[in-house]
Amino acid sequence: MTKAAYRDHLGRPIVAVTGMGVITSLGQGLKDNWTALVGGVSGIHGITRFPVDGLNTRISGTVDFIELPVENPVERSYAYARETADEALAQAGLSGDFGGPLFLAAPPIEPDWRDRFALADRAPPSQRPGDAYDRFLAVLREKAEPALHEAWAFGAISERLADRFGTRGLPVTLSTACASGATAIQLGVEAIRQGRTDRALTIGTDGSVTAEALIRFALLSALSTQNDPPTKASKPFSKDRDGFVIAEGAATLVLESLESAVARGAKVLGILKGCGEKADHFHRTRSSPDGGPAIATIRAALEDAGIDESGIGYINAHGTSTPENDKMEYLSMSTVFGDTLANIPVSSNKSMIGHTLTAAGAVEAVFSIQTMLTGTLPPTINYTNPDPAIVLDVVPNVKRDARVSAVLSNSFGFGGQNASLVMTAEPA
Amino acid sequence: MAKANNDVVITGVGIVTCQGVGAAAHVEILGGARAPALKIETERFAPYPVHPMPDIDWNQQIPKRGDQRQMENWQRLGVFTAGLALDDAGFKDDAEACGTMDMIVAAGGGERDIAVDSLIVDEGLKRNDRERLLNEKLTTELRPTLFLAQLSNLLAGNISIVHKVTGSSRTFMGEEAAGISAIETAFHRIRSDQSTHTLVGSALVAERQDVILLYEAIGAHATGGWTPLWSRDEKAGGGIVTGTAAAFLVLESRAHAEARGARIYATIDAIGGDRGPRDEGRLEARLERLADGAAAGAGTVVFSGASGQHGVTAREKAWLDTRFSGSPVRGFSAVTGQALEAQFPLGLAIAALTLGADVKVAPFDTTAEAAMTAAAKSAVVTTVGHARGEGVAILSAEK
Repeated sequence: MTKAAYRDHLGRPIVAVTGMGVITSLGQGLKDNWTALVGGVSGIHGITRFPVDGLNTRISGTVDFIELPVENPVERSYAYARETADEALAQAGLSGDFGGPLFLAAPPIEPDWRDRFALADRAPPSQRPGDAYDRFLAVLREKAEPALHEAWAFGAISERLADRFGTRGLPVTLSTACASGATAIQLGVEAIRQGRTDRALTIGTDGSVTAEALIRFALLSALSTQNDPPTKASKPFSKDRDGFVIAEGAATLVLESLESAVARGAKVLGILKGCGEKADHFHRTRSSPDGGPAIATIRAALEDAGIDESGIGYINAHGTSTPENDKMEYLSMSTVFGDTLANIPVSSNKSMIGHTLTAAGAVEAVFSIQTMLTGTLPPTINYTNPDPAIVLDVVPNVKRDARVSAVLSNSFGFGGQNASLVMTAEPA
Repeated sequence: MAKANNDVVITGVGIVTCQGVGAAAHVEILGGARAPALKIETERFAPYPVHPMPDIDWNQQIPKRGDQRQMENWQRLGVFTAGLALDDAGFKDDAEACGTMDMIVAAGGGERDIAVDSLIVDEGLKRNDRERLLNEKLTTELRPTLFLAQLSNLLAGNISIVHKVTGSSRTFMGEEAAGISAIETAFHRIRSDQSTHTLVGSALVAERQDVILLYEAIGAHATGGWTPLWSRDEKAGGGIVTGTAAAFLVLESRAHAEARGARIYATIDAIGGDRGPRDEGRLEARLERLADGAAAGAGTVVFSGASGQHGVTAREKAWLDTRFSGSPVRGFSAVTGQALEAQFPLGLAIAALTLGADVKVAPFDTTAEAAMTAAAKSAVVTTVGHARGEGVAILSAEK
């Protein structure tokens, strides 16, 4: 290849994906996940991790098959990230120190209740209402507990990953709510385009399903309460959708400049062609009714990729199954793609894996690349009662064979967060 | 250093510390004949001394009461200070500029409801079905709005809502390192034309037992009365005195700033962060590498973010005394307190104001810091995280 072949339409280094790893409620590893995903299998189940007595939502897509030294969301989020990074680096054929930066999308985890109860058990008795933290502090003054610091510090997960994989510099731990996974990838793409590095390790992870997390989202009326059967609850773009299903998972993508990937003989799985973002100032949890920021985000991603609307062959939707998201996402897609949207298949992985929150953008990027690699579109399951206001080819219920060379993946989140990625097949 | 179009320049400073509110107030303090008076709160969180929030009229930057009510003090402080930075840069009511402005916020988490947490653990002491208790109490006692007030990325979200900054919105987490990475990332994006103007910063409310708890898990917070930063009482806790503080910067490419005739405080010449084991001189070796290229001597002032923590503070001071021999050092935690995620942005804000106003900063600690013989031409900002992460920035004056 000539040097020019390694540069994009703006003269920037082309960014390749050379390794992928994934964990969801469907299983560990890309192979098992993909088999289940194209088989239309749901990973959503009744919650057994904690009692659900009295809760309106009693289902989730938790990952319950990874062994942990201690049961808490930090250990979970770390373990999922570690497992997927191991898988991705093996696929990329990289061992030893990674030598590039780490961008980690991780959930903003609140201290675990078990820790509070344990501190209270050892603390002096209450002197007045509301003094629990005075007592916690008294316990810690007596004897410091570094393990608690690591369970409470937001930088603890990336610290362990940085040590394990030998990444370079300060790792970035980020949160853009439900767009976090996409933002991590975007940061990796930017770093490579800046010429600061030839490779970046980008990870989205979320092991934060606890009673408190579930209740908090439930208080915002964000979750589906269609508990029975669990597998039918997540029904993106359906008329009777009533909220997302909270879930866990992780995904890692090894990003590399195409030039460096080719130079070392790595197999190129796909190209991270473009990224777009635009914040929304409308409301803390709701999107602008006109879809303006989501529209601008998709257009920015297409422009960054140097692709026009006609170039996209499949859309991996955010598709959360909340009444609001799916309506707004449809509005934004139909505005950007116009009449051609009817010819673009759009499916939501969340119909099967639920909403993996912080990890979703990364998990769905992996599935987007895999869609191109395999020529198979994963379906949107539970699509039996279409929302008449959302006219989409959602790849209903059953996978479809289709060669696709460019995919758009959307991620939108609380706090006005919007991010879209454009991925293309390996250049011929 | 020759000026270039893609230089990263600081054109807006929003700053709030226990010493006061805003750039002008802090320029006055920094240019004063002697160090500002100690502002310390030793009663409310006893035995922990903290530098308190100054009087703030939220209405000045958060005009809608409804917006104020949706937040707790951490988000209010950040949104308020971001507004100060936008005002200072002349972007406040520039819808076009704010609509294309990028944003990176370094954030922890918001305030927990201490009363509800206490209620639950107290009830839990009497029961053996604690998980069921949690479901009962959380379902009935948690306020839905408090979840949003706690979410890390909702500080940025509220800045978008209140100030209409919507080019992009990213939130970095992870204590001091988050503040370092936020500015480092903004710097490289502007340098390489990925952004023309970026709002970057952070806020900490130290007057929170749930924040002090993080430090106390490793016995890092000072106890008792305040003692000087460079000679903290070894017998009174772990040495760190935290402070409520916030700092936001407007960073622009020189081309963008000059095209609109913006006032330039300083140029960021270099910035970097790193991490790793600190034993056997590794900390000093990383700082040495991060400070590569910085001039030492009387023309350079060092704003050290040393926290006061026993051990690493003395090591940083020893390294500074060697590497920046002849440069005046100002340990700003002595007057502001340590501000966790906001510590590094705070150091850059102080450095930018000092270089921009051409002032000589009186020693914050006359027994350990030398007088400045002339206004500085360049500044170095350091932050050594209380558990991990180090960052160094090198700034030069515009004139």
